[in-house]
Amino acid sequence: MHDVNWTALIIFVALFAFITWLGFAAAHWRKGDLDQLHEWGLGGRRFGTVITWFLVGGDLYTAYTFIAVPALAFGAGAIAFFAVPYTIVIYPILFLVFPRLWYVCHKHQYITPADFVRGRFGNRWLALAVTVTGIVATMPYIALQLVGLQVVIGGLGIAGNGYLGDLPLVIAFVILAAFTYSSGLRAPASIAIVKDILIYITAFAAVIVIPIELGGFAKIFAAVPEQKVLLASPGPNTTGAYGSYATLALGSALALFLYPHSMTGILSASSGHAIRRNAAMLPGYSLMLGLLALLGFFAIAASVAGLPEYAAGFKQFGNNFAVPALLLHFFPSWFVGIAFAAIGIGALVPAAIMSIASANLYTRNIHREFINRNPTDRQEAQMAKWVSLIVKFGALVFTIFLPTQYAIWLQLLGGIWIIQTLPAVMLGAYTRWFNDWALVAGWAAGIVVGTVMAVAANFAPTYPVTIAGFGFPGYTALYTVILNVLVAVVLTPALNALSVGSGAADETAPADYEPPIRAVAHQVTQPAAPYPQRAAE
Amino acid sequence: MNGNRARRTGWSWWYLLFMIQFVAVLWPPFYNRVEPSLGGMPFFYWYQLLWVIIGAIFTAIVYFATDKRTEAVGPGLNS
Repeated sequence: MHDVNWTALIIFVALFAFITWLGFAAAHWRKGDLDQLHEWGLGGRRFGTVITWFLVGGDLYTAYTFIAVPALAFGAGAIAFFAVPYTIVIYPILFLVFPRLWYVCHKHQYITPADFVRGRFGNRWLALAVTVTGIVATMPYIALQLVGLQVVIGGLGIAGNGYLGDLPLVIAFVILAAFTYSSGLRAPASIAIVKDILIYITAFAAVIVIPIELGGFAKIFAAVPEQKVLLASPGPNTTGAYGSYATLALGSALALFLYPHSMTGILSASSGHAIRRNAAMLPGYSLMLGLLALLGFFAIAASVAGLPEYAAGFKQFGNNFAVPALLLHFFPSWFVGIAFAAIGIGALVPAAIMSIASANLYTRNIHREFINRNPTDRQEAQMAKWVSLIVKFGALVFTIFLPTQYAIWLQLLGGIWIIQTLPAVMLGAYTRWFNDWALVAGWAAGIVVGTVMAVAANFAPTYPVTIAGFGFPGYTALYTVILNVLVAVVLTPALNALSVGSGAADETAPADYEPPIRAVAHQVTQPAAPYPQRAAE
Repeated sequence: MNGNRARRTGWSWWYLLFMIQFVAVLWPPFYNRVEPSLGGMPFFYWYQLLWVIIGAIFTAIVYFATDKRTEAVGPGLNS
């Protein structure tokens, strides 16, 4: 770690300089008035199918994913592959639910999921619950992106003493903060194109070159300890690892699109059709993620953890150093520069979108709802820009001063928390049957029980639920959202009978969730139609 | 005319393709085995990677199948 890899570093810095320029230049791309929140925070809802593909791909498949999934395969084996079924089942959900949300948000100018909940259920406290959950769940996620960045910077051989060692991270973050502030969502959208191309190059080079060097997949898997190759068969009276695997995949999938940054990426699409098309096109990233997960096994087969030159890296970053070590071991320095830049830029794209999403939430659903009810467009956009800075600064402080383990724990809790907004947001896209206070009660039950279960399980993602002597170990988030829905279903008729509830009218109409008839043909041929585009009604 | 809207997001039998995907990848007993391996890669891995591709194809099929319904409902809009 004490030797700086100069060739790799120069290429890494050059690529970062390029995306910095691109991030600032993006302000002029499909130019809009950045003093309006939907222009700054949603790119004017103008991204067609292809840009949406890059943006949502860059948003969901984060740098941390590319580091952590192979690291989990390296450390724990087959269970890490749950990321593959997880990314398979997200797309039917995207296809079915999100075009409806897109149409209703477009029609009513909603910018955040909480805007939608506020309009649908008329309860500002329910909307506040969705808002706070979104912001709190996103913060550790941003911090984890920084961890991904830290790992590749460490891999370049840059290590300083004390806080000086964090200087590169601080620089990268200042750059990120500056272009997000000036260009809004256009910055990560344009940078995502560069990042995704670099990541694809890296991934395909790695899964082609490394297996050849290692003598083929048969040899690689022969080197992996037998208990890591497959899931452990469940013992008697338990669903064992099978239950954990399936519930992790399904629960993570349900949680993913509830994160505010996913919603931001999706709402910036120019049409519901762009979203449906992307449900068929985004699996391209899933395939890459699955192939990248295999890098964990390559790292086992290449025994990189035992090589003295990587000992310091593994000591500092643990299994997260498996991918950087593998790339350093097999590729020339110039390619390492490209690969590390891909991962590093891959951290900035989601971090930018996450901070924008949090800023939109604060501005719309806390500031506007509770502090200043009638901001001008300019005030609103300015507020969001400032909040995006504060959010990023918070994540930076978190990453530098607190152990990485805290961010990982909080991110785990974040998954359990964010999924509790499912009844209001996803089911809310289909029905207003639920009583608004019943939804609040379900949310609270899910948050409290989920947090207690996670702590009781020592921050393992799965909890060993036992019913009548039969064990169902599974993902805490999935179990607690089931509890959440049950509470909401039971309390809805009860509270309605007691006349508890906001009684506010639903400001959305069933037709708002559908494409306006005349706009359908129009949007198919012109995905980049200018906003605001109101269909003839 | 308003009948057109309701038909857009009603149930479609094509959505059953999504159910097939869910069952195929969320039931580990189907695929938690080494053989038959493909090019040295255990079944567990290539089966799931293959389903990424099948899933994408299924989604594309559903997209085109349900999209055509809209066009059938509103003829002449493209002209």
